[in-house]
Amino acid sequence: MALNNFLILSAFLFCTGIYGVLARRNAVLVLMSIELMLNAVNINLVAYSAFHQNVSGQVFALFIITIAAAEVGIGLAIVLLIYRNAHSVDLDDVDQLKG
Amino acid sequence: MVAQNVAFWILAVAMAGAAIGVVRSQNVVHAALYLVVVLAGAAAQYILLAAEFVAWVQVLIYIGAIVILFLFGIMLTRAPMHSESSMDNGQRIAAAVVGLFLFGVITALLVDAYGGKEIKLENKLVAIGRSSSIATSIFRDYLVPFEVVSMLLLAALVGAVVIARRD
Repeated sequence: MALNNFLILSAFLFCTGIYGVLARRNAVLVLMSIELMLNAVNINLVAYSAFHQNVSGQVFALFIITIAAAEVGIGLAIVLLIYRNAHSVDLDDVDQLKG
Repeated sequence: MVAQNVAFWILAVAMAGAAIGVVRSQNVVHAALYLVVVLAGAAAQYILLAAEFVAWVQVLIYIGAIVILFLFGIMLTRAPMHSESSMDNGQRIAAAVVGLFLFGVITALLVDAYGGKEIKLENKLVAIGRSSSIATSIFRDYLVPFEVVSMLLLAALVGAVVIARRD
């Protein structure tokens, strides 16, 4: 199988995630887009692991899965706090730090 | 080899369509369900690459835990299901330009750097993806990062409780 198949699929997922982060207003949807990007990186790592016949890429993918879990936990806690204080998860409303 | 290619393209088309669904759907719950399709497709791609342990960890943690967390988040923030206002902000076109530009640049670079390189599917690959070889690698070569990640998880756990606590 061509290595580029996997890498370009991963690039597509990553760019879709970037579009989501930039274009979405709902904080939960922004977090989902970040998950898309992390997942794209994982596909890259596993594809390189198979290409180089080396296990390190898969170990790194496991680390990234762990960190993604921690990131979602903290991220949703922050979103809940924003919702409790602003009664909205619309990121355009969260502009208290704007001068 | 042909069968793997056919499976790859079926999965890739499904994943690409579902990824667009995640960023375009106007219903938050539908976006979460599209995300499940993308994550399951990624797990299937790992199996195609003979990374069986990573594939099942992906199913357990991403589909089993993270998507459930997202659904809890949607439930607790009472996100509008049928929104009167759009889920997107005013920079959709700029965001699409950025995404397409980046995709073009990365694709051109990849075709230039890795065009014609093949992944050799052989028995060694299956031995690499086995959980015993991954465990050997984690506990011999990556022991310190492993401990650091467990500390990070503990800190994230305590932090999430402290941030979300109501007092």
